[in-house]
Amino acid sequence: MTPRRKRLVIVLGGTAGIAAAAALVLSAFQSNLVFFYTPTQVAANEAPTGRTFRVGGLVQEGSVARDGVAVRFVVTDTARQMPVRYEGVLPDLFREGKGVVAQGQLAADGVFVAREVLAKHDENYMPPEAAEALKQAGKATTLVPKR
Amino acid sequence: MIPELGHLALILALAVALAQGVLPLAGAQRARTDWMALARPLAIVQALCIVLAYASLTAAFVRDDFSVSYVAAHSNSHLPLAYRVAGVWGGHEGSLLLWQLMLNLWTVAVALFSRSLPLAFVARILAVMGLVSVGFLLFTLLTSNPFDRLLPPAFDGRDLNPLLQDPGMVLHPPMLYMGYVGFSVAFAFAVAALIGGHLDQAWARWTRPWVTAAWIFMTIGIALGSWWAYYELGWGGWWFWDPVENASFMPWLAGTALIHSLAVTEKRNSFKAWTVLLAIVAFSLSLLGTFLVRSGVLSSVHAFATDPRRGIFILAFLVVAIGASLALYAWRAPKIGLGQRFGVVSRESMLLANNVFLAAATGAVLLGTLYPLFLDSLGLGKISVGPPYFETVFALLMAPLVATMGIGPLAHWRGDAAASLARRLGIALAAALVAALVSSWIGGRWSAWSLLGLVLAWWIVCAVATDLYERLQPAGWSPARLAARLAQQPRAMAGMWLAHLGVAVFIFGVTVVKTHDVERDVKLAPGGVASVNGYDFKLVGLREVEGPNYRAVQGDFEVAKGGRRVATMHPQKRVYRVQREPMTEAAIDSNPLRDLYVSMGEPVDGGAWIVRLQHKPFVTWIWGGCVLMALGGALAASDRRYRVKQRAFAAHGVVVGR
Repeated sequence: MTPRRKRLVIVLGGTAGIAAAAALVLSAFQSNLVFFYTPTQVAANEAPTGRTFRVGGLVQEGSVARDGVAVRFVVTDTARQMPVRYEGVLPDLFREGKGVVAQGQLAADGVFVAREVLAKHDENYMPPEAAEALKQAGKATTLVPKR
Repeated sequence: MIPELGHLALILALAVALAQGVLPLAGAQRARTDWMALARPLAIVQALCIVLAYASLTAAFVRDDFSVSYVAAHSNSHLPLAYRVAGVWGGHEGSLLLWQLMLNLWTVAVALFSRSLPLAFVARILAVMGLVSVGFLLFTLLTSNPFDRLLPPAFDGRDLNPLLQDPGMVLHPPMLYMGYVGFSVAFAFAVAALIGGHLDQAWARWTRPWVTAAWIFMTIGIALGSWWAYYELGWGGWWFWDPVENASFMPWLAGTALIHSLAVTEKRNSFKAWTVLLAIVAFSLSLLGTFLVRSGVLSSVHAFATDPRRGIFILAFLVVAIGASLALYAWRAPKIGLGQRFGVVSRESMLLANNVFLAAATGAVLLGTLYPLFLDSLGLGKISVGPPYFETVFALLMAPLVATMGIGPLAHWRGDAAASLARRLGIALAAALVAALVSSWIGGRWSAWSLLGLVLAWWIVCAVATDLYERLQPAGWSPARLAARLAQQPRAMAGMWLAHLGVAVFIFGVTVVKTHDVERDVKLAPGGVASVNGYDFKLVGLREVEGPNYRAVQGDFEVAKGGRRVATMHPQKRVYRVQREPMTEAAIDSNPLRDLYVSMGEPVDGGAWIVRLQHKPFVTWIWGGCVLMALGGALAASDRRYRVKQRAFAAHGVVVGR
């Protein structure tokens, strides 16, 4: 091979390598995006089944039920409710009536099976997703007065 | 009175910083020695002002001056003294002041340790750092004054966030900030070189120890943050790919690339334009990190600021600083020249590959961190990017990076024969494969990823061993002569070996933890036993404990393995009196081979508790690897050739002054 050809091969090889790396990065990115839905959106069947997503709002008062390691609670955006099932230790700041975000998948029985539960960090702060859910629900209820 | 003094000192510092940013720069352009000579004294005066301001704020904390609203919001009369001193950087305003203090320390260090550099060059560097300082002082004074008074004064303070009441709080922020701000020195060197139009091997040699120093602080700072999160957040994770962590990781990656690219620039006078660009990028990412963490666009333990003016100010500052330096780069870089050619198989090409992979990794982290923010700000929905994305991308990019890491140090500059390299490294490769298989077999559990991780870790070890062997072997096998020859190796070389071994230790730790880590959430009543990986955790009893500013429920655990007691552990669930928030204080029993980790979840019916039990083999190796990397950096930065500058630079002084 002449030096010129050799250089061409290297440049082409390098470009192909970078293209492959970029494709890998983007596909990993695509398949690991976690979208956020409000309980209202989940109730309207907008959330995917068989894919991980996040749901957020307030922990409904009186809804937390412990059974050993398993726990059930309800997330509400004040318009709609979403039952959640989780196993394990809940974060320190998880409390009834406070903001919460759960990440997991929707089971066939309509219960959200959380693999991860996030709560707010301090007294003044609400997870932005949960705040957004409440805001949207607030808008929805003013536009469409219920009952 | 003291807070007003601090405020005044800040304003004074701004005036001095303005002078420091303008006069020496103008002097360097017009060849006015008297203006250039102002740079050093101005830098020192500015630093004194900031030290005074910082001391005033500390005094307000120590004296419980709750008429200062920042103190009232972040301290309490019952807070232990150490946390009152560290509490200065426990919130937004004070941590900004710490940033500023660090910037001044670096500036003074440059002013003092640049005696051998041409005056015009020093003047430009200090001027650029002065301008950066102007930006941050304006930000502090206009949007985040830590000395604002509270009227009427609070009776007592709202206390420091319990998560921050930890020795980690005393160490992690200053270290990390030293790193963040340290890249401003590399940035200033790059901009000064672009303005002066003089960029060569001597420039690279001046820059290298500074970049390495900043990188050391950053490495330690990130490792401390990770370790702190591991034991303090209470759930045993050591890295979460949280945007705030990514914000510090991106400049670290760019800085690592810069260290390697500077090696080529110094030795071979190549990669010059790229090196300068990396220096600008590393500091820009530091600024971006500050923006992400401090503007309130992110929500996490680190995000304090909610005032939108702050976000807008930092964003504007970011645009001006990055925009101006990139514009300067676009204008001047074509004049820098390309440097010397090199072959396809050579040390240059290996370092080029290193830079490509590190740049790609930085880009991937940037994408995963900024894309969700971008969508959110456009109102296109809320998304998050999960750890699996970062983990996949990192594994894929780090594998070829580590492969070149073994080859690079053995390849010759300019060009090497692939066949001879393969022969020299063949044994290392075979040894690495065997070692990986054996360690995998000992571990007893494996996957494709774990095997890859082990091969990479052992590959680094074997390649470093090959390099050592080739360098020491001419001495024969007499221990005394070997030791003598080892001592003769340049410190830069030894530092590289140590840092690379640190990467191996790090990869080993991560791989083993990922593969063998076992975590169980169980319900335990006093007297109950749960077993994790052969360790029997027995909850002996529960009791109430009083701390200085909290009360806690403490679980007393006895851990046994095969009937023999190996540890007693005392995790707590604390409630701090002022902020009324519960906090998990995990108990960790650590030795070099494994950590046992117990955290208290919540009480359930019948006096039982939900607890999390974990067995984490080799987890401390993750931070041990970082410590080795930092030590390697320190060794390399202390190399003789960075200190014997006088002769080499005498020849350069003429050119730069113009």
